[in-house]
Amino acid sequence: MSDQERAGQDRRRTDASSSDEVTDETSVASSATERGERLKNELDELLDEIDEVLETNAEEFVKSYIQKGGE
Amino acid sequence: MAVPKTLGIETEYGIVHRGVDLPNPISASSLLINAYLSGRAEPGCGPGAPRVGWDFVDESPSLDARGFTPLDSVAPEIETHMVNAVLTNGARYYVDHAHPELSTPECADPLSIVLQDRAAEYIIVESMAAANAVLSDGQELVVYKNNSDGKGNSYGCHENYLMDRATPFSRIVKHATTHFVTRQVFTGAGKVGCELPFRDREQVPFQLTQRSDFFEEEVGLETTLKRPIINTRDEPHADPLRYRRLHVIVGDANLCEVATFLKVGSTALVLAMVEDDLLDQRLAVVEPVQALQAVSWDLTLSHPLMLADGRTATAIEVQWELLAAARGYLDDRGDAMVGGPIAHEVVRRWESVLAGLETDPDSLNGQVDWVTKRRVVEGVRERYGLDPTDSKLAAVDLQYHDLRPDRSLFARLGAETLVDPEDVRRAATTPPVDTRAYFRGRCLSLWPESIVAANWDSMVFETGGETLRRVPMMEPSRGTEEHVGTLLDTCKTVEELLERLST
Repeated sequence: MSDQERAGQDRRRTDASSSDEVTDETSVASSATERGERLKNELDELLDEIDEVLETNAEEFVKSYIQKGGE
Repeated sequence: MAVPKTLGIETEYGIVHRGVDLPNPISASSLLINAYLSGRAEPGCGPGAPRVGWDFVDESPSLDARGFTPLDSVAPEIETHMVNAVLTNGARYYVDHAHPELSTPECADPLSIVLQDRAAEYIIVESMAAANAVLSDGQELVVYKNNSDGKGNSYGCHENYLMDRATPFSRIVKHATTHFVTRQVFTGAGKVGCELPFRDREQVPFQLTQRSDFFEEEVGLETTLKRPIINTRDEPHADPLRYRRLHVIVGDANLCEVATFLKVGSTALVLAMVEDDLLDQRLAVVEPVQALQAVSWDLTLSHPLMLADGRTATAIEVQWELLAAARGYLDDRGDAMVGGPIAHEVVRRWESVLAGLETDPDSLNGQVDWVTKRRVVEGVRERYGLDPTDSKLAAVDLQYHDLRPDRSLFARLGAETLVDPEDVRRAATTPPVDTRAYFRGRCLSLWPESIVAANWDSMVFETGGETLRRVPMMEPSRGTEEHVGTLLDTCKTVEELLERLST
């Protein structure tokens, strides 16, 4: 690995560690919980919506999906 | 020395003909494509319009890049009797075995590839609408952009990269293999289950890729049996003394635009570094076929890969090294061979995706397909308390790839986009301006009745004289808008074009 390449990697690692230092640990934990909640709510809404378009007979649908021959 | 990376993607789509007792995928694929061609209003399309067919004169899929053909290898067949059309955007749209397939026009950078890959999806959506309008009630054609039927049958999404003929093939094999094994962490389209014998859904409930289960060899010519990580087809579709075309068969078809961008952009950079011999020899992955599958099956992204120098590294760690080398390449040698300024965006995105995979893969929802798909599969599993082998999860997997706008799960997931939908619609009928696809596409728009056939590296014109005229296009970066835009704008007839081209 050339020095320049190493410099690229080091730069990345430095960026990551410096941003960790400036963030307060408690706020990290609470914002992670909030983010988790938000994602879960989003996913719930999405799953409601997906239920409406999912094939009704999953077993039959999966069984009949056969693709022979290719490339 | 690196040459400009002309790029292309060929996607074979899954197809289902609903509402018939004995569906025939070949006739369904033909119907799909013919319905599109008949339904269009552009030059060269529409009912009764001249069809410009494919010219097979330069097809030689049995030539092996290693300079010999092993006795036990089976070369792909060419099917000259199937539907095979050239579109005004420079793409090829055809029936390949039992699938509809669309090859993008040649692109000069990975963002252009994303645009053309999305345009291909748009063409498929239009084709479904056109075909379903003529089918009887209760029948429907449905197209899926995936690579496996979950029962051991796979179909490909192949990438093409123009390379310097002088680069030793063994060097390409070594480094491209390392990239292909490790890039799966962001190129994988995700799959419920495993299709290898003796591995069941309990052992591999979900894996990163659609395709890895189907690879058995390190290097070879096949695409349907004993699939190799490195395909040796030596068919440059360009000046064979200057160029080779690396035909990559190991990747998945991606729905996420970021994944397509990064798959092609990172590979173009790695191949340019291979041409300039800049990559560390010690970075080679040992036993790459097993490694390919081990990486695909490992959702923790921590599988230790054995490297040629005895070290072990995870796929992400190898990718960090390739990224660092790519950054050094751009600093030292510039971006001219790897798509221009967009290459810097590739590197920026490569870094943010690797960092995301390392710290919180779920943060890449909408950027990386396996992450995006797994979130829905897991959500459905938890909501209904399903067993990992429940058919509903496999159904979610399939429907992620359904291209019908009203049924596509992917379309509902709010994935990040890199290209504008209006540009995608336009790209379905107009070629990229910066490769020879521009000349092909513009000629097809202007004089469809005078073009007898076309292929990647030539076009055959009929001008009413006794002989046909073949115009060779052996240089993929010529025939651009810059080179021939004014010429095409000012020629009134095809005779005038041929006259001015020959002077």
